Amino acid sequence: MADQATFAQQAMEFMPSLYAAAMRMTRNSADAEDLVQETYLKAYRGFGGFTEGTNLKAWLYRILTNTFINSYRSKKRRPDETDLDEVEDLYLYRRLGGLEAAQAGRSAEDELMDFFTEGEVKDAVEALPEQFRLAVLLADVEGFSYKEIAEILDIPIGTVMSRLHRGRKALQKQLYEFAVERGLTGRGRSTGTDGIGAGEKLAPVLAERASDG
Amino acid sequence: MADGHEHEHSTNCEEALAELYTFLDGELTPERRELIASHIDDCNPCLEVFDFEAELRIVVSQKCREEVPESLRLRIAVQLESMHLLASPEGLSRIEGRADASDGADANS
Repeated sequence: MADQATFAQQAMEFMPSLYAAAMRMTRNSADAEDLVQETYLKAYRGFGGFTEGTNLKAWLYRILTNTFINSYRSKKRRPDETDLDEVEDLYLYRRLGGLEAAQAGRSAEDELMDFFTEGEVKDAVEALPEQFRLAVLLADVEGFSYKEIAEILDIPIGTVMSRLHRGRKALQKQLYEFAVERGLTGRGRSTGTDGIGAGEKLAPVLAERASDG
Repeated sequence: MADGHEHEHSTNCEEALAELYTFLDGELTPERRELIASHIDDCNPCLEVFDFEAELRIVVSQKCREEVPESLRLRIAVQLESMHLLASPEGLSRIEGRADASDGADANS
């Protein structure tokens, strides 16, 4: 049983990540601010039900997510899983994998970090259908475990894994489309879009995996 | 090389790639984790894939950060503080002393 007197002092530090998640969920700052504020007020009122010593961040995310789902998400039809196109495995690696070879002395991390703008990454995440977006946000941006995500979203772990699997592939496809739009894919590459570079060596394995389904 | 190792207790590229995300998510059992880790130690093509995916994840999480508007932080802090004052005996008596609120006891628990 947690004491409300200590709530602010424990919970305020999570505001930057809650706000960032709220921005990706609502896609606009006015709704994101309202959502975060409502989350803190609900959390304060319900803090007696939080078990001290358990994961406060996950508990706050559960309130954030529920509040979003119940009050803020667009009223239009819930997109179901068939709304995502089938995307091959390692979509981005097959196309950009050889990138770092282009400039000697630069790490792959630097290259990839510079390759996509902040706006492109945010737009790509926000373009995901809601249920995939929530799973990808919680795992890849916030680093929650499968079990924590299952509890936050109130879905089975197997569903978490399948949403992550498909959501991540869709995210890669969207990122690649931004790269193509900006004409960036030619950098460090001599041919078109038929993935070469380091990916070439794995081509037999990748082809086999792609045909698995 | 793409076919990886054939030893029974080792793992091959296909297996390693199948568990790529579970590995990066830190969700494998220690035994599986060890097996995959030793495969990518020996297999450059797989190492490049794992590196790429790990870096991509860092890029996504770093570029999704936001700065909290100061006005929001302040608004929440003030709101929590006032709710706390209403709920605490000292806060309540301060409010009662000022406004002589007779129904303030509702907020006390």
